[in-house]
Amino acid sequence: MKGRPAPASGLLRQADALARAALPTGLTAILLVLAAVPVGLFGLVPAVALPCVFFWSVFRPAALPPPAVFGLGLLQDLLTAAPPGAGVLVLLVTHGLAARWRRFLVKQSFLVVWLVFCGFTAGAALLGGALQALLLWRFLPVPPGFWQALLTAGLYPGLAWMLTRVHEAMLRAEAAP
Amino acid sequence: MIRLSVPLRQALSRLSLPVLIAAAFGTMLLGKADALLAERARMALADALTPIWGVLQQPVAATRDSFREAGMLLNMRSENARLRAENERLHRWQAAALALEAENAMLRRQLAFVPEAAPAFTTARVVADGGGTYARAVLLAAGPHHPVRKGQVALDDRGLAGRVTEVGARSARVMLATDMNSRIPVVLEGSRARAVMAGTNGARPRLQYWPAGTQPQEGDRVVTSAEANAFPAGLPVGVVRWSESGAAEVELFARLDRLDVLRLFDYGLSGILPPEAVARPEPRSRR
Repeated sequence: MKGRPAPASGLLRQADALARAALPTGLTAILLVLAAVPVGLFGLVPAVALPCVFFWSVFRPAALPPPAVFGLGLLQDLLTAAPPGAGVLVLLVTHGLAARWRRFLVKQSFLVVWLVFCGFTAGAALLGGALQALLLWRFLPVPPGFWQALLTAGLYPGLAWMLTRVHEAMLRAEAAP
Repeated sequence: MIRLSVPLRQALSRLSLPVLIAAAFGTMLLGKADALLAERARMALADALTPIWGVLQQPVAATRDSFREAGMLLNMRSENARLRAENERLHRWQAAALALEAENAMLRRQLAFVPEAAPAFTTARVVADGGGTYARAVLLAAGPHHPVRKGQVALDDRGLAGRVTEVGARSARVMLATDMNSRIPVVLEGSRARAVMAGTNGARPRLQYWPAGTQPQEGDRVVTSAEANAFPAGLPVGVVRWSESGAAEVELFARLDRLDVLRLFDYGLSGILPPEAVARPEPRSRR
């Protein structure tokens, strides 16, 4: 038995649209909470936040509005014991730049996007380190920031693969009548 | 829902990013002005998420254990040889320890020595990593009426792990000894020289401020000192290792990358301050 599904009623359609609009933010928030489960690797939460925000900003900026980025940044800062606000600013700047360059980025191959993302991680490490140094008013050692950037860049391919699957499923759902 | 005209909505969406960036700066200022507010928000979030982490932690721990098990099966032969050698060595130490214990008991009888009361401790499960780029901390799940207090000393089964810095209704945050803000007064057991163990966010904290003329020796045992009235004397911390770059570091006994359960000891010491209030030691060149 195959056939078209009955047209959804107004309420269902609204609920569906709402769920789809909230999915990128919700998924990122869930990933952040999951990343805090101890697996013997420190600093996983900020390393997960940046790839997620970058991915959705490039491939679906409408689904990740700036207020959602603000909320995710605050969640990240509260989970990582960082001075609140530093992570928020890093994610907002990432979101702004990625959304501005998305026309160029969506046309590129995965490798180019990853390389650009590596540039973003370096910038995020510098900006985040500078902000935290300013807020804590002390010199911060370089190695932790360096390892953090490396971990973030290394996590991108895996996360991007998963998020691409999610994104394709969302596109399919939208293409269906 | 309020219907807005298209140009107005566009203008609003273009404005939202700059406004939020300004709000981020506002958050920074607020967090700087009222550190207690940030701490409260952090612990409220931790309290809310601790039950979820508590549930998640069990399958994660089981998976990790099975991986460890598989690794152990792979190098069982070499491990067995190592354990035999270690057992041999420990047997000799056991004989020495028994002799010393008997001698100690005899001496105590002669001195009418009043033994110190065994400190009370609570045990709590590690459910989440509470650290970030520039912080090393773990979150503990505690019961609703837990006796966990700020300043308690956290030990794993081998040695010192850190101390409790923030306490919520159902959770507590322990700053690990490897955290950048961690400064622990220690004694080098070989020379009885005092020093400070400062975290660097790396796996091995560094030793600082040892007295001139007493270089820490490689392999020397490091224990806590009662100097600042923050720790009791003699808790096992680690052994001295000289790094390749010529810095004295401490290899901790505690395995901070695989913490499952921490024992929180209440020594009733008052000499602990919140990390924000601790005066920063001036950086000094070592040579």
